[in-house]
Amino acid sequence: MSGDLRGKAAAVGIGLAGIGAAPGFSHLDLTGQAVKIALDDAGLKLSDVDGLFASNLQNVFAPLNVGEYLGIRPKVTEGTQIGGSSPVAHLLWAALALEAGLCDVALVCYGSNQRSAAGRLLSPSTAEPLIYEQPYGPRYPISSYALATSRHMYEYGTTREQLAAIAVAARGWAAMNPVAFMRDPLTVEDVLAARMVCDPLTVRDCCLVTDGAGAVVMTRADRARDLKADPVYLLGCGHAHWHRQISQMPDLTTSAAVDSGKRAYAMARMGPDDIDVLELYDAFTITTLMFLEDLGFCPKGEGGPFVEDGRIAPGGSLPVNTNGGGLSCVHPGMYGIFTVIEAIEQLRGSAGERQVSGAQTAISHGNGGHFSSEVTAIWGTAATL
Amino acid sequence: MSGPDAAYAAFLAEGRLRLQRCEGCKRHIFYPRVLCPHCGSDSLNWVDASGRGTVYATTVVRKRPEEGGGHNLCLIDLEEGVRMASRVEGIAPEEVAIGMAVTARIAQQGEDAIVVFDLS
Ligand SMILES: [Zn+2]
Repeated sequence: MSGDLRGKAAAVGIGLAGIGAAPGFSHLDLTGQAVKIALDDAGLKLSDVDGLFASNLQNVFAPLNVGEYLGIRPKVTEGTQIGGSSPVAHLLWAALALEAGLCDVALVCYGSNQRSAAGRLLSPSTAEPLIYEQPYGPRYPISSYALATSRHMYEYGTTREQLAAIAVAARGWAAMNPVAFMRDPLTVEDVLAARMVCDPLTVRDCCLVTDGAGAVVMTRADRARDLKADPVYLLGCGHAHWHRQISQMPDLTTSAAVDSGKRAYAMARMGPDDIDVLELYDAFTITTLMFLEDLGFCPKGEGGPFVEDGRIAPGGSLPVNTNGGGLSCVHPGMYGIFTVIEAIEQLRGSAGERQVSGAQTAISHGNGGHFSSEVTAIWGTAATL
Repeated sequence: MSGPDAAYAAFLAEGRLRLQRCEGCKRHIFYPRVLCPHCGSDSLNWVDASGRGTVYATTVVRKRPEEGGGHNLCLIDLEEGVRMASRVEGIAPEEVAIGMAVTARIAQQGEDAIVVFDLS
């Protein structure tokens, strides 16, 4: 049953807008720009869109604001807000709605002007205080990931240098991505010497704060073949969440990605060895490290040694976060949609200087909250069907 | 009658750290709820906590020197098998280490009674 959606839907258009800084534009403006690019890419029109899967951090009823701005009247609407993984989670519902015939053209989109509108996001930590953590002065979300890092270091001997290697790898990829926000050279020493935010995470262990928007257009596979772009097929998608706040996370060294990954692999009928490119939600260096473990690319606890010698950097054997990730490319509040767009770029073979040669399969992994919601999507080219 | 959050806070205000214990599966739970997240039972009783715990994870939330320079934030595993966010007092925030044995103390913070920990 879980294989029923394998390859049934495909991404046929992608768009990025406002990556980095886009002063003067609202989050809806940026979303609109990304949508226009994605629809042009697909050779479709706004009036073709009948399924809307929209999220942001600036509207409580995000799909309504986005739908109104775009002037569309969707038949199917989804906007479940589970943090940064939301747009990746929406892929599953888009594929299901397409397969069921509830809609024919699904638009998944996200936009934010977090950098330019500093302080004007709907902040979950102020809108919804977590009353059993708030008295102790957390700095969300960084302090939660710092706590997880402390535990991973304690249990497995993971070092700050190993974590820094993840930031350095991301910067190496960003250097080859013309739209990445930070492209200047970065060393392990730079990461370690950067301003400490929440021990042991320095500002260079933490994602950027940027503007940015992304849009993905999806159709059923049969229609996708007749459109402009080479379709990239959704082979699997799995969701999982076990907690909301870090104090309720059962084991701070293992995320629900072990479940979302299993579900996605089962649907795709694949395992880690079958994946060519990884786009892992890197809000912090620890997230990349734990998702490599939880998605089965190395045993639990061995993420540090796994990354320390450049394995995930350009030229390494496992390409990870090839756009530069949330650490060096873009992170406008929620990063999930960008894991999707970069995976599709890579499988289209259109990633320019940073293209992974011969890539046929890719993972987009979204994370939300405080290691709270995990969503794994697996993409493949026509050759993988 | 008051809900579980208010009951917990009222116990703290009286100087008592109490936890709910489930009659269904005999496990303690935290934070307070109306049903047990382990077994679903709604038969929960308040019991006194030992106050004995161990540091499970820790960080220092850094601030500018003029804002105090930073404070400890940690997760404490209580002997009863529940975990809570808190802070360890009495030592420098960066000296707090995973595995340290700690003891709960109820402290006043503004208008609220909250649980903090000292080295045992
Ligand atoms: Zn129970």
